[in-house]
Amino acid sequence: MEILVCVKRVPDTAENEIEVNSDGTDIDRDDLVYSVNEWDNYAVEEAIQIRDNVGGNVTVVSVGDEESEEVIRREMAMGADQGVLLSDDAFNDSDGKGIASILKAEIEKGKFDLIMTGAQADDGAGQVGGMLAAMLDLPYASLVNTIEITDDKKIKVGREVEGGNIEMNEIELPCVLSIQTGINEPRYVGIRGIRKVASVEIPVHGTSDLGLASDAVGEAGANVKKVDYFIPDTGEGAEILEGSTEEIIDKLVEYLKAKGGIK
Amino acid sequence: MAQIYAYIVHKGGVADDTALELITAAKKIDPDASVSAIVTGSGADLEAVCKDVATTYNEVIKIDNAAITYPNAEIIRGILVNILPGDAVLLLPHDTFGMDLGPGLSIKLESAFVADVVDFEGLDGSNLKIVRQEFSGQVSTHMLCDIGSGAVVNIRPGAFAPDESKSASGEIVDKSSEAGDLAARRTFLETVVAEVGDVDITKSEVLVSIGRGIEDEDNIEIANDLAEALGADVSCSRPIVDSKWLEKSRQVGTSGQTVKPKVYLACGISGSFQHLGGIKGSPFMVAVNKNIKAPIFQVADVGIVEDMLEFLPELTEKINDM
Ligand SMILES: Cc1cc2nc3c(=O)[nH]c(=O)nc-3n(C[C@H](O)[C@H](O)[C@H](O)COP(=O)(O)OP(=O)(O)OC[C@H]3O[C@@H](n4cnc5c(N)ncnc54)[C@H](O)[C@@H]3O)c2cc1C
Repeated sequence: MEILVCVKRVPDTAENEIEVNSDGTDIDRDDLVYSVNEWDNYAVEEAIQIRDNVGGNVTVVSVGDEESEEVIRREMAMGADQGVLLSDDAFNDSDGKGIASILKAEIEKGKFDLIMTGAQADDGAGQVGGMLAAMLDLPYASLVNTIEITDDKKIKVGREVEGGNIEMNEIELPCVLSIQTGINEPRYVGIRGIRKVASVEIPVHGTSDLGLASDAVGEAGANVKKVDYFIPDTGEGAEILEGSTEEIIDKLVEYLKAKGGIK
Repeated sequence: MAQIYAYIVHKGGVADDTALELITAAKKIDPDASVSAIVTGSGADLEAVCKDVATTYNEVIKIDNAAITYPNAEIIRGILVNILPGDAVLLLPHDTFGMDLGPGLSIKLESAFVADVVDFEGLDGSNLKIVRQEFSGQVSTHMLCDIGSGAVVNIRPGAFAPDESKSASGEIVDKSSEAGDLAARRTFLETVVAEVGDVDITKSEVLVSIGRGIEDEDNIEIANDLAEALGADVSCSRPIVDSKWLEKSRQVGTSGQTVKPKVYLACGISGSFQHLGGIKGSPFMVAVNKNIKAPIFQVADVGIVEDMLEFLPELTEKINDM
């Protein structure tokens, strides 16, 4: 099975407080810790497990600046066979459709049976997988949390739907799947793994390598544009209990008694 | 302004709550818009949903076919491409169905796509001003979406108030014959229903709920101790289940359980909409989080800015001493 997984380098929300910069044009990116998008990591783990079970090859591909090379390398240390970085200043400010167009151009250069993305990334849009599938005219399933390889023509996939129920589908290959967390337990990547792939060459493809028209991607090709960032102002907000920990606990206990939290 | 359409999600002959929310969203785009509901499915269930939705929408477009008794997004995409005009603005709920259908549909319609919209701030020419959130609600953004050649817009469930006026008497228009080719390369097999766990958190009056802030599996003991002192049950956010630290039946949220306790203690939980979507009946919510900017503080009644790993044991001790 030839598998391609799309990965993205994102600010790690467990390690950072996300704040808006002073002019509201972006989040404050100074001192941010980055990592591979959580959902993508599950997708790469799944790809590696499938390859180990039925044979084949796993490629990871990322659209981003040169620093995205580090997440490609990390996923290769995890076990992906090769990586490609799609990078060009012309890609800046692409919308979801622009990103999908860039990925499509790379994917069409190869021959893949299975293409995977994470269910969503930092912007919470969850759009690239479905757009890519439609552009490539391949069948698609989102929020996949089980994959069963039946044969080389079709597979069975479970989609996670409301209430934790799973919708089982049969889907023809080649296809595009977006992967939901919980499908597996992504393996730990040790320093030895990272060292092993440290000097592997990662090809970088830009607009001309991919045969893309420059007005099809980036800001020129976007019909959805981000204007600014701001801090949401929703609801009244909680009453923040103040004082020493002891005082806070006393106040909380009163509330819990009043509201039925302590019997 | 182009015609606005709302896709109605339904199950067992009953329209989803989002059926009443999408019309509010549409009116926020354009108060004068005429909004058509699209209802796909088959048989008596479909008929019941169409009649119900007609009390809210002025027009209900019905597509009846046995091939979509189960809403297969691939087939429905093909149908929508056949029946929608090129400049249509289509609203979908940003749920597991809308996420499956929306992005690919926008490509086939050659129109714009925006996911998980929480608000609209008017139209400037052909540019629709949209409010979204990023990083699980930690920051918001304004976006401009050019709807000149149509748009598919996924609306966050619960973000717009339901229109419960039932003031319409819509006409049901049967467009089943315009559905076109219903072949699909993805076929629905069955729904596997989630397992029930040892504790039914949907019945709990008090929940000590833990999120990624618990940091380590061994720390779950801290939550168990507090729950025991309170006579409560332990529930959690999704990452705890993904790590296999607690079973799926303990997960609160849209892809977990819907709970309605009297008191909900959210500890080390950021407050993503998928998590909050599983909490009904507005319980008294206490949030313990070391980050004052965590979105959970915007919805909680009482907030405590502390490290939960230190705070919860002290709270437990106090309660045990009472
Ligand atoms: C289709 C779909 C369905 C989903 N369904 C669900 C669902 O049903 N339920 C669900 O929960 N999620 C669901 N999610 C995931 C959801 O989007 C969030 O990723 C998840 O809820 C985040 O969990 P969290 O709040 O525990 O973790 P995080 O967002 O990582 O938040 C952890 C919080 O803990 C705080 N913290 C860290 N350390 C400490 C400490 N020592 N003391 C105090 N505070 C601390 C941090 O400040 C942070 O606010 C779904 C996602 C998708 C895409």
